[in-house]
Amino acid sequence: MVTPILPLTMTGAVVKRRGKTLLGPVDLDITAQGFTIVMGPNGAGKTKLLRALHGIERLAAGTVTWQVPVREAQERQAFVFQAPIMLRRSVQDNLAYPLRLRGVAKKDANARAAHWADRVGLGDALGRSAPRLSGGEKQKLALARALIRDPDIIFLDEPCANLDGRATREIEAILKEAQAGGTRIVMATHDIGQAKRLADTVVFLMHGKIIENRPAKAFFAGPQTPQAVALLHGDIVE
Amino acid sequence: MSDIWEGLVAGFWLVASLDADLVEITLRSLQVTLTAVVIASAIGLPFGAWLAIRRFRHRRAAIALLNALMGLPPVVVGLIVYLLLSRAGPFGVFNLLFTPTAMIIAQVIIITPLIASIAHQAIRDIWADYHDLLISLSTTGGQRIRTLLWDGRRALMTASLAGFGRAIGEVGAIMIVGGNIDHATRVLTTAIALETGKGDFALALGLGFVLIGLAVAVNLAIHAIGRTESEGKW
Amino acid sequence: MIRLLTLVLAFCASSATAETLRMAVTTSFHNSGLSDVLLPAIEEDTGITVELLIVGTGQALRLGEAGDVDAILVHSRAAEEAFVNAGYGTHRREIMYNDFVIIGPQDDPAGVNGLAAATAALSAIARTKSVFVSRGDDSGTHKKELALWGDAGVVPEGAWYRPVGAGMGAALNTAAAMDAYILADRASWLNFGNKADLALLFAGDPLLFNQYAYIPVNPQRHDHVKADLVLALEDWLTSAPARDLINGYQINGETLFTFNAIAPAE
Repeated sequence: MVTPILPLTMTGAVVKRRGKTLLGPVDLDITAQGFTIVMGPNGAGKTKLLRALHGIERLAAGTVTWQVPVREAQERQAFVFQAPIMLRRSVQDNLAYPLRLRGVAKKDANARAAHWADRVGLGDALGRSAPRLSGGEKQKLALARALIRDPDIIFLDEPCANLDGRATREIEAILKEAQAGGTRIVMATHDIGQAKRLADTVVFLMHGKIIENRPAKAFFAGPQTPQAVALLHGDIVE
Repeated sequence: MSDIWEGLVAGFWLVASLDADLVEITLRSLQVTLTAVVIASAIGLPFGAWLAIRRFRHRRAAIALLNALMGLPPVVVGLIVYLLLSRAGPFGVFNLLFTPTAMIIAQVIIITPLIASIAHQAIRDIWADYHDLLISLSTTGGQRIRTLLWDGRRALMTASLAGFGRAIGEVGAIMIVGGNIDHATRVLTTAIALETGKGDFALALGLGFVLIGLAVAVNLAIHAIGRTESEGKW
Repeated sequence: MIRLLTLVLAFCASSATAETLRMAVTTSFHNSGLSDVLLPAIEEDTGITVELLIVGTGQALRLGEAGDVDAILVHSRAAEEAFVNAGYGTHRREIMYNDFVIIGPQDDPAGVNGLAAATAALSAIARTKSVFVSRGDDSGTHKKELALWGDAGVVPEGAWYRPVGAGMGAALNTAAAMDAYILADRASWLNFGNKADLALLFAGDPLLFNQYAYIPVNPQRHDHVKADLVLALEDWLTSAPARDLINGYQINGETLFTFNAIAPAE
């Protein structure tokens, strides 16, 4: 039995740039199950929060604690960036890359890459250059590449920000499938509809601080802060 | 003008008749320079990549120094290598002075900074692109360098080719450390210097055209390989 | 990587075979073309492959001092004797001589053609401030030229005197481009392909004779020197076949070298 890496506890986390505080202090628990949506206006610190949880943002203060040593935890999580980062390789080689890093044999890695390409609808594009895919294809590829190592938890930073409806629906379907398979999901978005469709829990950020952290149903039924009320109402929140 | 024409004619006949001496010194030119390029690339490419991804205290100074070393005067390199390899020098016991190996050593010193510097610039761009992903996948330093070198291989080929271009046409250093010995260390550039010294401009120019042709041919060949390999990809 | 490098080094070091001998010779000797006749004969008669390093006398002596060559063949008596006296060479053996000539523009503005002595010719060049190209590279030819200026009682200075710091061929090219006077060895001049408007204006003064001598590098200073091969080569260079080849060597019907080695006393 593999030790679960969750729940995850963030305590007093602060991110600074040139003396300016961009995030925190933040306390946050990520439980073992569910789908957490991080909401808030641009510049509220959504990206910084996700990166800090993932361990790729240097903390000026505070800690992020997993149930296993951080080195192992890093191996069992994945991140999807807002602007997908494509290796200058074929679709198949992009998918196989995280497996090859782990020493999976080329043949096995390629087979799993082909399987995942099929799952995200890129089965016909295996040999194509990844940097030349369309925006939607790139994000689906990035998502498949993040899921290919079967992570315990995956962080997504507004993955659908620049996509049309169809690509968004495809991505949401893949995410629901992953969640059903036991993967914990933490995703930033400012698409209220998407949040309503997917969220179990909503974390609402303003000016680098968490001002609401509640089950989704409760949040959408009765937001407790004026900013959240305004956001759900469709007003511009700054 | 007539000198240039005679040179073209002389060059043509040298090539057309597959002159034995010409073939010998051309092959030696290629052997020396290609070996130097392989060794310099094996050092310079990973070093350039390492410099691009590694943050350390005097990094800027190191990059500035590397760029300055690109302008190393070959004659000075030749002289220093000469003094090191001379029987009276620290590495005299290896008996390397006036051998092709000595010429390779000099050329490696001349072109490694050039290759490393161009590699550094190319890798820096890819690294800016890949940085977050490779950090997120918790890659090791070695994995990062390998990934960047592989995905940047076309730009890196340009770096190696630049090194080849500088080395194949270089005369100052290899004249000093090679000695331009007939049938031992004579290469195209030193032969050109020798024929110029004899006032035989036609032959010198003929050899010069062979040298230019060789440089162009190697470049075209490598670009052709690069294109086939990447056909239909990016 | 390092292992590969060591391998390459070892391979190249071992490829210098036992039957190869390195000799430093002067540019003027090589430019004469005589080496192209002698080297194949040496290889055939003795089995020794002679690798020539073509340098100025100054560098040839330095190569001998450092032990980077096994023997030297140069033409600058005073420097050679100093070299042997300092213990760098075992002895000095005279082999042959050729001569220096004064080259200059065909219209001869200094009027050296027809003068009686080399010193008079140089004095005339200095007096008329005609452009003169000097090797200026510490070579045997350069040293000879400086000695001649001394004999003529002239200190060569001024805009007309141009030391170029180059080998014989490059200096001749410079003289051809500048329409200047220059001191050259006869062989280099005859073989020179880019004569332009230059012509041979003065020759024949015994002062201009140019003695070549062979000096083995001292094996007591450098134990890697191939002393056996060096002696075998000396025997050959002073033998009858060498005499015939050297005396018989001609360019455009002109004899260049006179063999004058003395057989060792029995």
